[in-house]
Amino acid sequence: MNRPPIIQLEHIHKVYDTGSVPVHALRDVSLTVEAGEFAAIMGASGSGKSSLMNILGCLDRPTSGRYLLDGADVSHLSKDERASVRNSKIGFVFQGFNLLRRTSAMENVELPLIYSNVHAHDRHVRSRRALELVGLGNKLDSHPNQLSGGQQQRVAIARALVTGPSLILADEPTGNLDSRTAVEIMALFQRMNAAGITIVLVTHEPDIAQYCRRMLVVKDGRILLDQPVRNRRDAAAEMASAPPQDEFEEVLS
Amino acid sequence: MMIPIFKIALRALARNKARSALTMLGIVIGVGSVIAMVSLGQGAQQQVQQQIAGMGDNLLIVMSGSRTSSGVRGGAGTNNRLTPEDAEAILREVPQVASISPGVSSNVTTVFGNQNWTTRAEGVGLDYLQIRGRSIEAGEFFTESDIRSAARVAVIGQTVATELFGAADPVGQTIRVRNLPFRVVGTITAKGQSGMGQDQDDILYLPYTTVMKKLQSTIYISTIFVSASGRDSTTAAEAGITTLLRARHNIRAGQDDDFTVRNLTDVAEAAEESSRVMTMLLGGIAAVSLLVGGIGIMNIMLVSVTERTREIGIRMAVGARTSHVQHQFLIESLVLGLLGGIGGILAGIATSLGVSYAFGWPQSISPLAVAGSALFSMAIGIFFGYYPAKKAAALDPIDALRFE
Repeated sequence: MNRPPIIQLEHIHKVYDTGSVPVHALRDVSLTVEAGEFAAIMGASGSGKSSLMNILGCLDRPTSGRYLLDGADVSHLSKDERASVRNSKIGFVFQGFNLLRRTSAMENVELPLIYSNVHAHDRHVRSRRALELVGLGNKLDSHPNQLSGGQQQRVAIARALVTGPSLILADEPTGNLDSRTAVEIMALFQRMNAAGITIVLVTHEPDIAQYCRRMLVVKDGRILLDQPVRNRRDAAAEMASAPPQDEFEEVLS
Repeated sequence: MMIPIFKIALRALARNKARSALTMLGIVIGVGSVIAMVSLGQGAQQQVQQQIAGMGDNLLIVMSGSRTSSGVRGGAGTNNRLTPEDAEAILREVPQVASISPGVSSNVTTVFGNQNWTTRAEGVGLDYLQIRGRSIEAGEFFTESDIRSAARVAVIGQTVATELFGAADPVGQTIRVRNLPFRVVGTITAKGQSGMGQDQDDILYLPYTTVMKKLQSTIYISTIFVSASGRDSTTAAEAGITTLLRARHNIRAGQDDDFTVRNLTDVAEAAEESSRVMTMLLGGIAAVSLLVGGIGIMNIMLVSVTERTREIGIRMAVGARTSHVQHQFLIESLVLGLLGGIGGILAGIATSLGVSYAFGWPQSISPLAVAGSALFSMAIGIFFGYYPAKKAAALDPIDALRFE
């Protein structure tokens, strides 16, 4: 195991200077996530988990402290340098899917590849492969408004996977989905993780965290709890034992 | 890299077809009116230039002055004191003068067969054609010996030829002018109306000696046509002629000239200058509408950036750099400007041709104006797209993603 940790946070502080009183969102957070982990970050709103998420995703910089992503220090990168890091090392999955409207599934998945100068032919091959991996090989040309919520989230996951990132960062990925579809999506994440992909998932639902391998709880800008998940749930098994109504859904959709 | 970004920009424009078209319309109108105004203005300018060229090379006309009798000044031409010798002296002694022709005219009735026509007989010298920029259509001009002998030969304008001879060939025929027989030796190439609306082909050219001796019995001439050696020397020639003629006519200091020198090149240049200023004014007003069109682009791009904040956030999250976002929006406004410019060029050409056809105005579509407005409309696209694109690129991805 020579591989450095995927995430290594050292004494991270984040202070927002909005208004008269500085808001201390993160206080001395240190955290290590090794390759192949599947971690859930939990916390109520205002706990600092969004700030943590933004820093982990290189959308924002820590006020102080050090962040090594896949062995490289990313704590002081410029806006454009962070864009490059996000492009090559991080795949985002959002609560609201965040797909481009009126744009086909293929083109949505191709988007990150456009910004890393991948050739058109390569883009098509890789995007098609990513969509096939998430089970949407037959929906390549569908637009988001023609897809169900679960399917849209699969497109978003394909988009996160297509660059072969070191880290998948999922922000409340099941927040906009019904519980059945949520289980489907978690099954997909579990499959990806089993294949060796490192995933960090932010959620406020303990149920969802139960599908992960490790659970962190953030409160008042500090990591309150960091423990392995006991009684881990297996989403694929739950789906198999579920009543066969999803076959109807499949027909109807 | 640029090709996919170009596609993204084009598709964004295609999604809002009505909006894109209306935005472009501003540029179409702007560019179109610039081209139409400049084309029509330049047409007018060229017409003036042609009239200048048509008057002759660097033309000065010396006219006999007024006679004062009992304190009443008779006006130009009442005091014919110019002589052919004056004309020769001008050619000899004023260095800026290239050629001269005496001029003496008379209204005459001409007859051929059963046709008659009243016209103006202009007695002129050998260099007249060259001075006035006219040429022989058929036959030839009269010769020096015709002038010496006051021969009864005539060169006729096209209007006179048509009135007297119809379609027949006038050269070699004999016409009667004030009942004297004249041999037609040539015809003058048609020139059409002058700037003042006068028919320049309704004329009969005779040797000036013939008009003086056979038609008028005078030793004076009414006009001296002078061609200066260059466009810049007309003013100096005018001064030289004035000094010379005052000396020859024994006019003392303080006395009025008994002749007038008209520098037609100056007059024409003033006319040309005024039409040039007019073109620039019209083009300038049209350019203001182009500017308004550009502001339209900026306006719509700003709306577009706000509307698409979330899209920008998504693009940034997956790795779009500042320059990618900026280029995307700049290309959009560039395409708006360019397509508007192309539409404007077509509209402008159509308008100038249409107006020119409908009102009979001259037009001259200037390739420079066309190329210039195409470039300018692209520049407008970039200029007015820059700020919105900058604004889009400066968005923070976190805020942009949170934008509803």
